[in-house]
Amino acid sequence: MSEGKTDYIPGQYPDLPPPITEVGVVGWLRQNLFSNWWNTGLTFLGLYLVYLIFVPLIQWAIIDADWVGDSREACTSGGACWVFIRVRLDQFLYGFYPVGEQWRVNMTGLLLAATIAWLTVPKIPGKRYAGLFALVIFPVIAYLLLSGGSFGLEPVETTLWGGLMLTLILALVGIVAAFPLGILLALGRRSKMPIVRALSVAFIELWRGVPLITVLFMSSVMLPLFLPEGVNFDKLLRALIGIVLFQSAYIAEVVRSGLQAIPKGQYEAADALGLSYWKKMGLIILPQALKLVIPGIVNTFNELFKDTTLVMIIGLLDLLAIIKAALEDPNWLGYSIEGYTFAGLVFWLFCFGMSRYSMAIERKLHTGHKR
Amino acid sequence: MSDASSEKAPAAASFWRDPEKRAWLFQVLVVAVVLALFGYIFQNTLHNLEKRGISTGFAFLNNEAGFGVLMSLIPYDETYTFGRTFLVGLLNTLLVSAIGIVFATLFGFIIGVARLSSNWIISRLAALYIEIFRNLPLLLQILFWYFAILPLLPHPRQSIELGEAVFLNKRGMYLPAPITESGFGWVLAALGVAIVASVFIARWARHRQDTTGQTFPVFWTSLGLIVFLPWLAFGITGFPLSWEYPELRGFNFRGGITVIPELFALALALSIYTAAYIAEIVRSGIQSVSHGQTEAAYALGLKPGQTLRLVIIPQAMRVIIPQLTSQYLNLTKNSSLAPAIGYPDLVALFAGTTLNQTGQAVEIIGITMGVYLTISLSISAFMNWYNKRMALVER
Repeated sequence: MSEGKTDYIPGQYPDLPPPITEVGVVGWLRQNLFSNWWNTGLTFLGLYLVYLIFVPLIQWAIIDADWVGDSREACTSGGACWVFIRVRLDQFLYGFYPVGEQWRVNMTGLLLAATIAWLTVPKIPGKRYAGLFALVIFPVIAYLLLSGGSFGLEPVETTLWGGLMLTLILALVGIVAAFPLGILLALGRRSKMPIVRALSVAFIELWRGVPLITVLFMSSVMLPLFLPEGVNFDKLLRALIGIVLFQSAYIAEVVRSGLQAIPKGQYEAADALGLSYWKKMGLIILPQALKLVIPGIVNTFNELFKDTTLVMIIGLLDLLAIIKAALEDPNWLGYSIEGYTFAGLVFWLFCFGMSRYSMAIERKLHTGHKR
Repeated sequence: MSDASSEKAPAAASFWRDPEKRAWLFQVLVVAVVLALFGYIFQNTLHNLEKRGISTGFAFLNNEAGFGVLMSLIPYDETYTFGRTFLVGLLNTLLVSAIGIVFATLFGFIIGVARLSSNWIISRLAALYIEIFRNLPLLLQILFWYFAILPLLPHPRQSIELGEAVFLNKRGMYLPAPITESGFGWVLAALGVAIVASVFIARWARHRQDTTGQTFPVFWTSLGLIVFLPWLAFGITGFPLSWEYPELRGFNFRGGITVIPELFALALALSIYTAAYIAEIVRSGIQSVSHGQTEAAYALGLKPGQTLRLVIIPQAMRVIIPQLTSQYLNLTKNSSLAPAIGYPDLVALFAGTTLNQTGQAVEIIGITMGVYLTISLSISAFMNWYNKRMALVER
């Protein structure tokens, strides 16, 4: 209790602000960019890289670029020639779909956007009906709208389909049709029946072991041999069959990981209640497992979306293929970089959006009931 | 018979109610459906082939191919058989995959570590790289490098040079070729001896450390042996290795190793694309080792270098290697995009050209799929073995 030492009373002097070198912008810079000589060197290297990449890129793509016009004569400034994309945009989006009928594609697109919003925006209620609508009703409407031939709509051959529209069709049909097959395969692989399990494993490993391009080759040259005489599938349908078989194996593995993550107690409790196999799976296990694997399925879809570009090799005109074809037009030779940049931008926006969505869902589902 | 009701075993469930019998019945039905489907397909195929006048079987592999290829690692010209074509394609696939794997690993580890850097700019740049290249279709990237960027390279006369030995131009990349002379075998033998000796030294050192606790600098000794012994043999035998440099003659380069633009673009795109995935794997692997491990290692008195080498890397590798292997497998499968730019790989040469020439669709697609299936099944067998070896031994 030596009184002499306690001449400081808390609050006696105003608190000093923290040193300016430790907080705020300066503190952040010191901590993240210039903490020591090695870090400083890296910062300058990084800045130099940024300068090297982004300055010419912005110069080329925005400052020097030509935006307006309707032929290559409009491209004179030496930068990017976006006129090419403007002129061909219609083709890039719809392929050779008749101009007068393009409203049907737009309608389908709008309906698709609405369905996806219904499925993904958490605030909109009725997710169960949304799923049913997306998996069953929407495909039927989309098919009727796009191919026509009924309700007074002009029929449009699938050979005229192309561009972004075809890319989306391939990816969406691929995932929607592969989904039920994938679930069945996953259940088969987890089944206690040895023959069913063996067949499922063989099917899954076969498709996962070969590249998609060989599957597409198979469906384009071998499938016609498998069918009886007189039955002929068009090119698009053949490609879709290949994609669906291939994709179902990947979905099966994703779903299996979800089935494995469900604690054994859930299976046992369902058995104890006397539920049959299908009731146990349909009411207890799958609803939980599928919720867990949403991020995995979105990632698979992302991969599939990128892989749909391979249909170019068997002669379908998806977004990438139609851009490549347009680049071979003698009127527009030499604009490869613009063409592929545009394709890249479209694909990137879709894929990046999906991967962000999957990450967000993952964070939301990570509710901490794991060990 | 008075107590029959109490002694009677519970009435055997009817056939339909017995899950075991039902399972068997169901399986028999599945087998029947699958067999019927295969039989139907087989019938149709036979009928269709007959109608088109295509004979089945693998005899076509012995026929003369009659077409040349752009690039071959083994002697090949028009007079060789389709069997030889298959081999050329397979080797080209393996070549581009091997090149891709080496560079993808290299880029991937650099970018993965950069992603974890405490430097904000470096870590952002690495993230940018990963997000850009992972979210673009590989085929688009291949076409971009081949059709958009390679034509921008200079003509052979204005080639980009690297020390008068490596040249890069529109027509490809030219590297010096090593030429071995007699006596080079001794160098290889010395290398073999050094490797075997290193293994023994490592075993001996581990044994000594287990029994006495003394450590031995295994890494530096082995490195010294592996570098020094071959050099010694190289010197004694009189440097039996020379380099053949590419030279500009007329309009093009002669001599040395030529990397055709198709191979260059494909390997580049595969490496850049897969590196983005590998970088993410490396990042998640290193982050999966909890900080407590580092602290525990320091508490035991390990130096930072030892902590990294003995504690962090082995645990990160447990996470990294299985995923890395599956990326290598993906890269090998993705090399089948070669037909898009005309690189003569297995798919382009065999499932493309050979199929068009012979029409043997079933056999050729079967063989091609079989090759990829064999590669991927053997890699996954290796992975299972590795996982079993590396699995955490828990109580």
